[in-house]
Amino acid sequence: PGDGSGSAPGEGTGPPAPERVLFPPTFSVSEIKNKQRRHFMFLRWKQQQRKEKLALKKKRRKEREALGDKAPPKAIPKTIENQRVYDETTVDPNDEEVAFDEATDEFAPYFNRLTVPKILITTSDRPRGRTVRFCEQLATVIPNSHVYYRRGLALKRIIPQCIARDFTDLIVINEDRKIPNGLVLSHLPDGPTAHFRMSSVRLRKEIKRKGKEPTEHVPEVILNNFTTRLGHSIGRMFAALFPHDPQFIGRQVATFHNQRDYIFFRFHRYIFKSEKKVGIQELGPRFTLKLRSLQKGTFDSKFGEYEWIHKRREMDTNRRKFHL
Amino acid sequence: SPQVVWSMLGNRQFCSYKMTTKTQNFCRNEYNLTGLCNRSSCPLANSQYATIREEKGRCYLYMKTIERAAFPRRLWERVLLSKNYEKALEEIDENLIYWPRFIRHKCKQRFTKITQYLIRIRKLTLKRQRKLVPLRRKIERRENRREEKALIAAQLDNAIEKELLERLKQDTYGDIYNFPIHAFDKALQQQDAESESESDAEREDEDDEDVDKREFVEAEDSELSDFEDMDKLETSSEEEQEEEVEAEKKGSHSKSKGKTPLKGPARRKRPYIEIEYEEETEPSTKTKAA
Repeated sequence: PGDGSGSAPGEGTGPPAPERVLFPPTFSVSEIKNKQRRHFMFLRWKQQQRKEKLALKKKRRKEREALGDKAPPKAIPKTIENQRVYDETTVDPNDEEVAFDEATDEFAPYFNRLTVPKILITTSDRPRGRTVRFCEQLATVIPNSHVYYRRGLALKRIIPQCIARDFTDLIVINEDRKIPNGLVLSHLPDGPTAHFRMSSVRLRKEIKRKGKEPTEHVPEVILNNFTTRLGHSIGRMFAALFPHDPQFIGRQVATFHNQRDYIFFRFHRYIFKSEKKVGIQELGPRFTLKLRSLQKGTFDSKFGEYEWIHKRREMDTNRRKFHL
Repeated sequence: SPQVVWSMLGNRQFCSYKMTTKTQNFCRNEYNLTGLCNRSSCPLANSQYATIREEKGRCYLYMKTIERAAFPRRLWERVLLSKNYEKALEEIDENLIYWPRFIRHKCKQRFTKITQYLIRIRKLTLKRQRKLVPLRRKIERRENRREEKALIAAQLDNAIEKELLERLKQDTYGDIYNFPIHAFDKALQQQDAESESESDAEREDEDDEDVDKREFVEAEDSELSDFEDMDKLETSSEEEQEEEVEAEKKGSHSKSKGKTPLKGPARRKRPYIEIEYEEETEPSTKTKAA
């Protein structure tokens, strides 16, 4: 609390507070038993704190102005992104090892334009209306994708059939209590499988100020903020969903933006109003993903080899450490 | 004697295995054959009794006789039944050979029911089983909160716009859009003649076009010798002008389908200016006419 000798606590609510309230040094607001008086004293204490803070700010600003040019530069405010714990697997753009890895991993045929993506979208058993509609909208967003219903089929048996019919990716949307809440993305010919937790799914009709339906043009893809090695592989997984050559006439863009381990998906139509200004309009569904696990082979819950699992006790404790 | 036992437990006094509901009485005794509280199905009130019970997928026949009534430890005699359904029925028959019809019948019925549910269990375990994972409320709340904060920190619209402008600068779109960059602007101000590529239905920068395509055509158009040629010329020039106007209008329409309906009428002003300028190709037709 304050400084100097004080007025007696419990002045009462009647007389207005004096300009500079002085509290005795050993006085603490929480020691007053009477709630009303305690509240009143607390408010006064708060006001005094605020005044002191304001005075400090003014003083600092005067000092800055007094120094003029010689003033030290303004301090950068700390954000979580600033304070992020440095991840040792952050990819350096010039890293040869990473480049070599990426040239030889499972997505190499896609990035060398040998394969055209063909995607199968399905759900868990007995999907409810919301999930079904979401699947349909997702199918319009991702070109060359097909929705099939899973009528009680086992994933392990679907996968060889998909490979036989030339599908490159499999998306399974898991549903709980009538809303989709999980996504399993599996690159098919023996590729990695990623399991995400999906949240805040908005269908097209729930988006405000939306445009018309997405057309058949191949959209562009934006992948933001995938910095670590793990983030890189996930980013490549997402990129492999879309055909390689976007049709710029369509002016559509699908964005996967990673922020603090949450991947936000948005689908927009853009238009360049001038060279410095672009307008975007959201069409299409939106959702957020959080990576739960990444497996090396195709979907296999029992015998799969996990490359990365989210371990809650270890990874959630530190608020400045992110993995993607 | 069993009659006394029944008159006590069944009707008047308390039986701890008895459960009463509005319509029926049930018996919770594990050796009970039917599950109901009756005179004939009470294991306590019958000195000769038999049941079927299953343990770990195997069915046993339990029997109780009067001779062993004094030895509670040896009271229930257990017989393992074969896994084969018909054989097991025969075994029940041969074990309960001179027993009352009711008990034999009920035993076989119970055995049938038990085998049916065992088959169902085995079938279900072969199918995929849904694993129920409980949600932890605190964790859900924490993750939702962090997601909201991440969304605010992400500033998605700005990030996307920035990325798109970056791509425009790095020329990934090629020749579709033609915006003058600052150096361009300065060059134009110094009146460098630069021709920019046209696109199909994309918008063109009107200012540049005005500067570039501005041509002052002399008054020779009115001095044509042949009237026919003049007519053709006029109509062709009108057509060209109309086409151009339509192209402009189309351009403005395609642009305004998205976000900016306001720009539609505002854009209309431009085409008016265009009409006043003649096309380049006119001199060539003129020379033909001449």
